[in-house]
Amino acid sequence: MLSPLLIIPAVLNGLMAGAVYALVALGLTLIYGVLHIINFAHGALLTAAMFAAFFAYHLLGLDPYLAAVGLTPLFFLLGYALQRFVIGPAAHGEDRNILLVTLGLAVVIENALLYAFRADTRTINLPYAFDVVAIGPAFVAVPRLVAFGAVIVVALALWLLMRWTDTGKAIRAVAKEKLGAELSGIDVAHIYAVTFGLGTACLAIAACLLIPTYYVNPSAGNSFVLIAFTTVVLGGMGSVPGALIGGFFVGVVESLSGLYLGESLGQIGIFVMFILVLLFRPNGLFGARA
Amino acid sequence: MRGLGIFLIVMAALAIVPLLTASNVVLNFLVMALLIALAGQGWNLLGGYGGQYSFGHAAFFGTGAYVTAVLQVRYGVNAWLAFGVGIAGGAIVGAVIGALSFRSGLKGSYFALITLAFAEVLRILASVAPLTGAGVGTLIALDLRPAAFQFQSRAPFYWIILALVGASLVLVRLIEDSRFGAYLIAVRENEDAAKALGVNTITIKLGAMILSAAITAAAGGFYAQYFLFVDAGIAYGPWISIDALLAPIVGGIGTVFGPLLGALVIKSLGELTKLVTADAPGLDLALYGCILVLVIAFAPRGIVGILTDIKRCLHPAKTEPPASLEPGHG
Amino acid sequence: MSRELFLVSRRRFLQTTALGAATGLIAAPAVLRAQAAPVKLGVLHPVSGALSYSGQQGRIGAEIAIEEINAAGGIKALGGAKIEAVLGDAQSTPDGGNAEVEKMNAAGVAAIVGGYASSICLSASQTAARYDLPYVVDVGVVDSIVTRGLKNTFRFGPGFGVIAKTALDNLVAINDQAGKPAKTVMIVHEDTAFGSGLAKLLNAQLPDRGFEILETIPHPTPTRDFNNVVLKIKAANPDLVIPANYYNEYVLLARTMQQQKVQPKGIYSVLGGAASSYKFVKEFPEAAQYIMDCNHWFDPKNPKALALKKQVEDKGQFYTYEVYMNYSCVLLLADALERAASADRAKIIAALETSTFAGHVMPYGPTKFVNGQNEGAAPVNTQVLGNDIQVILPAAFASAKPVFPMPRT
Repeated sequence: MLSPLLIIPAVLNGLMAGAVYALVALGLTLIYGVLHIINFAHGALLTAAMFAAFFAYHLLGLDPYLAAVGLTPLFFLLGYALQRFVIGPAAHGEDRNILLVTLGLAVVIENALLYAFRADTRTINLPYAFDVVAIGPAFVAVPRLVAFGAVIVVALALWLLMRWTDTGKAIRAVAKEKLGAELSGIDVAHIYAVTFGLGTACLAIAACLLIPTYYVNPSAGNSFVLIAFTTVVLGGMGSVPGALIGGFFVGVVESLSGLYLGESLGQIGIFVMFILVLLFRPNGLFGARA
Repeated sequence: MRGLGIFLIVMAALAIVPLLTASNVVLNFLVMALLIALAGQGWNLLGGYGGQYSFGHAAFFGTGAYVTAVLQVRYGVNAWLAFGVGIAGGAIVGAVIGALSFRSGLKGSYFALITLAFAEVLRILASVAPLTGAGVGTLIALDLRPAAFQFQSRAPFYWIILALVGASLVLVRLIEDSRFGAYLIAVRENEDAAKALGVNTITIKLGAMILSAAITAAAGGFYAQYFLFVDAGIAYGPWISIDALLAPIVGGIGTVFGPLLGALVIKSLGELTKLVTADAPGLDLALYGCILVLVIAFAPRGIVGILTDIKRCLHPAKTEPPASLEPGHG
Repeated sequence: MSRELFLVSRRRFLQTTALGAATGLIAAPAVLRAQAAPVKLGVLHPVSGALSYSGQQGRIGAEIAIEEINAAGGIKALGGAKIEAVLGDAQSTPDGGNAEVEKMNAAGVAAIVGGYASSICLSASQTAARYDLPYVVDVGVVDSIVTRGLKNTFRFGPGFGVIAKTALDNLVAINDQAGKPAKTVMIVHEDTAFGSGLAKLLNAQLPDRGFEILETIPHPTPTRDFNNVVLKIKAANPDLVIPANYYNEYVLLARTMQQQKVQPKGIYSVLGGAASSYKFVKEFPEAAQYIMDCNHWFDPKNPKALALKKQVEDKGQFYTYEVYMNYSCVLLLADALERAASADRAKIIAALETSTFAGHVMPYGPTKFVNGQNEGAAPVNTQVLGNDIQVILPAAFASAKPVFPMPRT
């Protein structure tokens, strides 16, 4: 089991898987960092995005990487609307209510998808889905390499947005000091909605990157939620670079513990790491404050 | 005990249900609702009164369920004894998780997430460990004798879970009126201030956690006896963590009757939506989620909140401040 | 009891309205003015939640059977009484199934069919036993379903004890025929009831048959990624890979093996989730080629089975095992009703106990229940050849010869 022939491909696998976790976590960490809410609906929204990517291919013949161009703004608007017109007003600003509202939303979205599209698993079979690139002793699937690259680009773009644009600065202001930001003239409700929208936009991209090698059904997004939470905590809530590095780290840990402990028990590696981080370094790698 | 009257009326009303109806549909429905109410009351003690929201109460429910089941099946222990040990087991798990989390100073979302992680760890272990039957789960043999904590009729089960819920109501009420309860609420309202006043916040939180875990573990043990089958997904799955927090929040967080009211409401809502949507898969749950969101939007303090508001409307004289204290008067 | 009547009539009403039709499922034939009082049949499946696809397929099979029986004149021994389905959603949990059984009992069903998942079947059949309500298990393979001594529970299909034995008998036969090219084996199984239980049996029995188990790899359902599992398979290089899991994971595993260019001498599934699935063959023909499975399958020589296949495919659905197993279970019950000439539960149980029903579409021969288990029930070996699924064993039902070892590409 200690053979480099197994470890190197496992680490590479972990990095590829981790890229997707990072992207899902990016949205979650922004939403938490700014709105201070744990978005229970994240998994269901990912599922919705995956269905959108599936139908973009199935009905319009759009390759998922092309579809991302259209779906990302679409899901940004969807997230914006959800926060502005549903979650925000329903929650009356109380943390625990937001928790329940997002929970309720998750139930609605997942079951609406079940009702509309039935439970069948859908997949798309793209010509390049089985192409592989040899990296050392490993065969890495092309779509996963593309996802890896795309996630780094998206993370970079988000980071630049937060650093250099006015909107990004406003977001950071609201995250740090909501009252002060409001007094400075920033429309907090709008910023909240923009942040949520950015989160769902990330999910749209993640969905398009996943669909060449994964599948869609009404509960497909759920399996990414817990691991995304782990990534957010590890990287530090609200930190974009944290989510990226955290994602890769979680992916590699999952892969190696799966290799050594078996796939079932191996999942424990992620949660044990999660617990250890929370106990000894709750701010995570790059987090600002607890 | 404060509020003894209302408590006795509610208990009596619920207790006579099996005498009024022979419908097992109704009894089964109520048993499930009471089970959730019990688990929720456990959550409520820690979350409602202590302000520590847990997302992983399944850890205690599952421990109660598995200990009860495994002791009977693998070691031939008497069912009632196993049930008692199950409650103790849940309390121990609560103590461990509480000690680790509170000593590290985890609060708010961090505490919530670590409880979630612990529940998941237990679920994964239960799904691979031979002791719990791994993936196959643990099946308790059918043995319809009271000595084996199994009954031919649903009514004894109903009365037992009702008694457990009643005991939890009394316990929470007594805590509410005790010094421990006062400290707990102080921790909830402002932990730093409480600490500054000399309250040992870690001990208080830990105490609440242990009691909370014991109550929820009792619900788990009862589940094992009622359904006679436990597996990792049933015992430690997110469904019970969610139900255990949903009931108190919907019913009225930090109130004695909140979890009971909440459990009855959410279960009834589930049945209602099933009725309205016939047999279309998913539609009933989608509707359920919509109504949930609406309930939160319009009744943020839960049902008890609504009832308190109604009471306030009906007795305005008791709550208006005296006119002379209002600003603007000379 | 007026609440129960209200529940039932509401359901009946909604079934016949546009809402019922709009779900896209076949509308249950709710005949309100039958000459003889209709016989109610509980149809229980997990149509929402994690198992919803299988639950929905099972329901389709049951509903087609009911429709067919009613169109042919209902239960003749009861004066042409139609069968009325009382549909229940188990919501993929045992307590969900339990609650539905209570409602079905209150609605006065004569029997219940379905459950699908072992954990649901265990709980539901036990609850039904309280009312001496006959319960026919459609799929649930865990052996404990029929070893609890419950008089009301009947399982039409095989349990995994029989499945494991048949799978190994057939494996030895195929291997011997090809000159014994396979010696080493790796098992990949899902870690809940059916996968774990099956893996345990295989682990106990494979060495006795002359095979060496290199590794047994459990994985959760759902599993997001099989690259590491395939990595281990590649490193250990077994002659045979034996998967036992649900559809999604099976597909991911097979696709990943194709991607990583891992080609053992054979992929021999036991209750493989996608190995004998037309959906899989249609969507991923290259990954599916030459995969063998020991699984539930219809009798390919039975014209009724083929007619049902066409009927289901014309509706745009895949002909999966849940469909024809539930179809057969309902026909079995209808036969029991005819022989009992009554909707009385005890009489139905007696009729089932002595059933010799052969009008089903499964390769089981005439029915014979011993302690609730249909003795003739057995799985069948299939292989994906060309772009179709052929039966390769037993010889009586075979439509092709096995291709083993798998030709290398």
